[in-house]
Amino acid sequence: MSATDLHRTIEAVWRIESARVIAGLTRLTRDVGLAEDLAQEALLAALEQWPQTGVPDNPAAWLTATAKRRAIDLFRRNAVAKRKHEDLARDLATLEQTVPDLNSTLDDPIGDDLLRLVFISCHPILSTESRAALSLRLLGGLTTAEIARAFLTPEPTIAQRIVRAKRTLAEKHIPFEVPRGPEVAARLSSVLEVIYLIFNEGYSATAGDDLIRPTLCEDALRLGRILAELTPQEPEVHGLVALMEIQASRTRARIGPTGEPILLLDQNRAHWDLLLIRRGLAAIDRATNILNTSSTTNRSPTDISPAPKNNPTRGPYLLQAEIAACHARAHTPEATDWPRIVSLYTELAHLTPSPVIELNRAVAVSMANGPQAALDLVEALATDPSLDRYHLLPSVRADLLYKLGRHHEARTQFELAASLTQNTRERVLLLTRAASCRTPPR
Amino acid sequence: MRFMVIVKATPESEQECALPDPQGVADMNKSTDELIKAGVLLSYEGLHPSSKGARVHFSGKNRTVIDGPFAETKELVAGFMLWQVKSLEEAIEWVKRSPNCHAGESEVEIRQVFEPEDFAYGFSEEDIQQEKEIRAQLADQAAKK
Repeated sequence: MSATDLHRTIEAVWRIESARVIAGLTRLTRDVGLAEDLAQEALLAALEQWPQTGVPDNPAAWLTATAKRRAIDLFRRNAVAKRKHEDLARDLATLEQTVPDLNSTLDDPIGDDLLRLVFISCHPILSTESRAALSLRLLGGLTTAEIARAFLTPEPTIAQRIVRAKRTLAEKHIPFEVPRGPEVAARLSSVLEVIYLIFNEGYSATAGDDLIRPTLCEDALRLGRILAELTPQEPEVHGLVALMEIQASRTRARIGPTGEPILLLDQNRAHWDLLLIRRGLAAIDRATNILNTSSTTNRSPTDISPAPKNNPTRGPYLLQAEIAACHARAHTPEATDWPRIVSLYTELAHLTPSPVIELNRAVAVSMANGPQAALDLVEALATDPSLDRYHLLPSVRADLLYKLGRHHEARTQFELAASLTQNTRERVLLLTRAASCRTPPR
Repeated sequence: MRFMVIVKATPESEQECALPDPQGVADMNKSTDELIKAGVLLSYEGLHPSSKGARVHFSGKNRTVIDGPFAETKELVAGFMLWQVKSLEEAIEWVKRSPNCHAGESEVEIRQVFEPEDFAYGFSEEDIQQEKEIRAQLADQAAKK
């Protein structure tokens, strides 16, 4: 095996194992930053030694054992300073002597450590940006350079963000645990928010020349799929996974031959990925089944959500997934169940009031009840100062005005939208539509 | 990136109504479970023996149907999985961890699936050249300011 091949093999092993190794080490050291440093040292040791010794039969066990030996060395050195650590070092040493398979000491069959790692990486005490970077690093096994490339951010910025996040977690003594009780909902939504942020950063790139950065979508989907298996009783987790699967199913169809965006209703549905749609619909079913049975049956002991209300309601991710599913199920744009989409948006707006959701609802209303009804809603929204710089407002308004034959006004709105968007490709599309308003049909 | 992991047939898998070894099934389920938990496995299917299948041979305008079973067992497909991983090496690592459910020799083939980004959105050489020139001009103008 050549040096490059070996290097790539080690990277692959790291990708598969790093989250579990770090999670196990965090449980032992009670410090996620230290745990990651130790795991990184083990990785470096592998890069040094494996070229000579070859890849061990069980590379994960090797990484874990190496990291753990370093932890013991470190604690021994610090033992004088801190009694607590001395105990810990002794515990570790005993563990090592009594348990023949080193890997099994860190074995985590039900994934509790991994779930703890998910929660600590996405702790609300950290900014969403830090949470995203830390999650990709600790859970996704990405290098700082890979994260920087994905977010189009300089590498030192990402490195700083990760260092600071780890320091914050240590300084604030954030416990390595799965939250229980009243905390659960907020903590889980913090996790879901981060995963969806990573997905969206990939799916609708907020800056730069590309509309989609598929690796970030894949990373987010993988995190979501892992989380869905760790917390199978959480309907919103399945809702988020469903939403991402269905949106990702359109990746192939939403970019034209020259990289221009293609709107949902203009997409060639034959290019939608049926496998991902099927997975998305299955995830919706899982969520729905949980909601339907949660009020009548006993819940599993690993269920971390608060006790269900008698009338279980669909959360925002599941509702958005249901909306995406309405499109996914329609074989032609004409077959779309617009009244159902309007009612889902109404439910969503009720749950999480937001002008952006109102805007989307307006688009659905225009399809269900015609452009004038929708324009009334949109013009009411135009007075909302929070949408001042939001390019989709004038973009939707322009489209409705165009449909009503008010081309002159439509053109102004398309141009306004073009001036507000950060994405080069989208700007071109909006300017093209503005130009098409110059010659109104008689 | 996605890979199709193709499980090749063996004399056992080619037998009709062959009862799978319970331990083999348990190992396979455990492995499948791990792949799902890791967010790697997207879908998987197992295939009936080739005796229940057929081939259609194309030759110009002619189509000839050949009924199974087919002789070259090692070249036949017994099942397949679709995985999402970061690299070929990651796929190889996962395959190496999979149980060997056959007493004798067996083989698994790993093939990368085409993704939209493999088609580079149809940028022509001229497009790329033009883009480079525009960028160079912009840089030039910025430098003169």
